[in-house]
Amino acid sequence: MHEYSIVSALVDQVAVAARAHPTGTVKRVHVAIGELAGVELELLATAFETFRDHTVCAQADLVIEPRPACWRCPRCQVELARGAVLRCGACQVPARLVTGDEIILQRVELDLGDDDQGGT
Amino acid sequence: MCTDCGCGDPDVVPLEVQGRILSDNDERAQHNREHFAAAGVLAVNLMGSPGAGKTAILEATARHQRGLRLAALAGDLATERDAARLEAAGIPARAITTGSACHLDAKMVHHALHALPIAGLDVLFIENVGNLVCPAVYDLGQAANVVALSVTEGEDKPLKYPTMFLKADLVLLTKTDLLPHLDFDLAAVEDALARAMPEPRMIAVSARTGAGVDAWLAWLAERRARLTSAAAPSDGRLHHGHGHVHGPGHDHGHAHARPHDPDHDRHR
Ligand SMILES: Nc1nc2c(ncn2[C@@H]2O[C@H](COP(=O)(O)OP(=O)(O)OP(=O)(O)O)[C@@H](O)[C@H]2O)c(=O)[nH]1
Ligand SMILES: [Zn+2]
Ligand SMILES: [Zn+2]
Ligand SMILES: [Zn+2]
Ligand SMILES: [Zn+2]
Repeated sequence: MHEYSIVSALVDQVAVAARAHPTGTVKRVHVAIGELAGVELELLATAFETFRDHTVCAQADLVIEPRPACWRCPRCQVELARGAVLRCGACQVPARLVTGDEIILQRVELDLGDDDQGGT
Repeated sequence: MCTDCGCGDPDVVPLEVQGRILSDNDERAQHNREHFAAAGVLAVNLMGSPGAGKTAILEATARHQRGLRLAALAGDLATERDAARLEAAGIPARAITTGSACHLDAKMVHHALHALPIAGLDVLFIENVGNLVCPAVYDLGQAANVVALSVTEGEDKPLKYPTMFLKADLVLLTKTDLLPHLDFDLAAVEDALARAMPEPRMIAVSARTGAGVDAWLAWLAERRARLTSAAAPSDGRLHHGHGHVHGPGHDHGHAHARPHDPDHDRHR
């Protein structure tokens, strides 16, 4: 259940990002999680809901963008079929994972509400 | 004004971050890597299911090794049994009890380095918590990942747990002395590995009989040699990127709760 430790790191990063607007409320947190990142998306969502209380994310929804795995040949750039042997048949070199192992905080959406309307 | 998600709310500002969520662990791992490099030690992260034979293969390694100076850190949920077994086998070892955490992280390893001198070692084994998913997610600063897969676990494990095998530099197929009693298909596990690892490498071993241990030792020696051919700091001391130096004996005299001061932790 390292999803909890990931959420803990995520909430810390959101808090750092949100410092730019101290009066704002975090409304949405967008993350991208690769298929091969070793993260269970449902567990991550549950962990976020459990963990967010009393943090900067208390009012926030978590939006998860799943990223499918993509393996390519580093030489001819051909994409390998899912489940294939991870080697380019033409070039005889090991394939490279282009996307699919990422655990990324993409974006934080802050509601500035009425307080910041005038802008100081 | 939020233009991204289409809610159109004029009060919503999107802040782009695009950063690794585990960047804090990554930085600590990089710090550990500097310690390992300064000590000239090959750090090996040994992972695998509970009971895959991780501790047993290290015990066998100690019995067969010729001239390699070894030590180990052993991650365990609650006990210090593995560390005690390794000590009894002649490998200086420290336990890292993780409590409820299902994996080791870079901070735990750094903390344990305070209790285990690594200067003058050839190989430091880090036996991770028995678990085929979580340990693969956390960089510890190791130079190599080794996954122990026992013949009693089934040939399709690499396909079911691709994250672990994707990061592996070597798979140790363990408990091969049991093969005569099982329907284990060696070709099937090799095929599964080829679909999970871009550069599949497997050594079949038995801690019981010692079969394959020489090939495993040769692999370690070869990885160790790669380290020494890469340039090492000439005075043997560790130059941190952030303004302080540890002696070669891993002298942590300074307060070191965090690997980097918060002020300059984005220095990479
Ligand atoms: N027959 C046989 N049994 C083995 C071998 N290696 C380990 N075992 C047995 O497998 C069981 C687990 O071995 P360990 O070395 O404790 O496994 P581990 O991966 O360190 O286990 P955890 O640290 O608890 O995850 C023990 O009962 C060992 O005796 C082997 O080469 N042959
Ligand atoms: Zn976990
Ligand atoms: Zn190719
Ligand atoms: Zn063990
Ligand atoms: Zn240090």
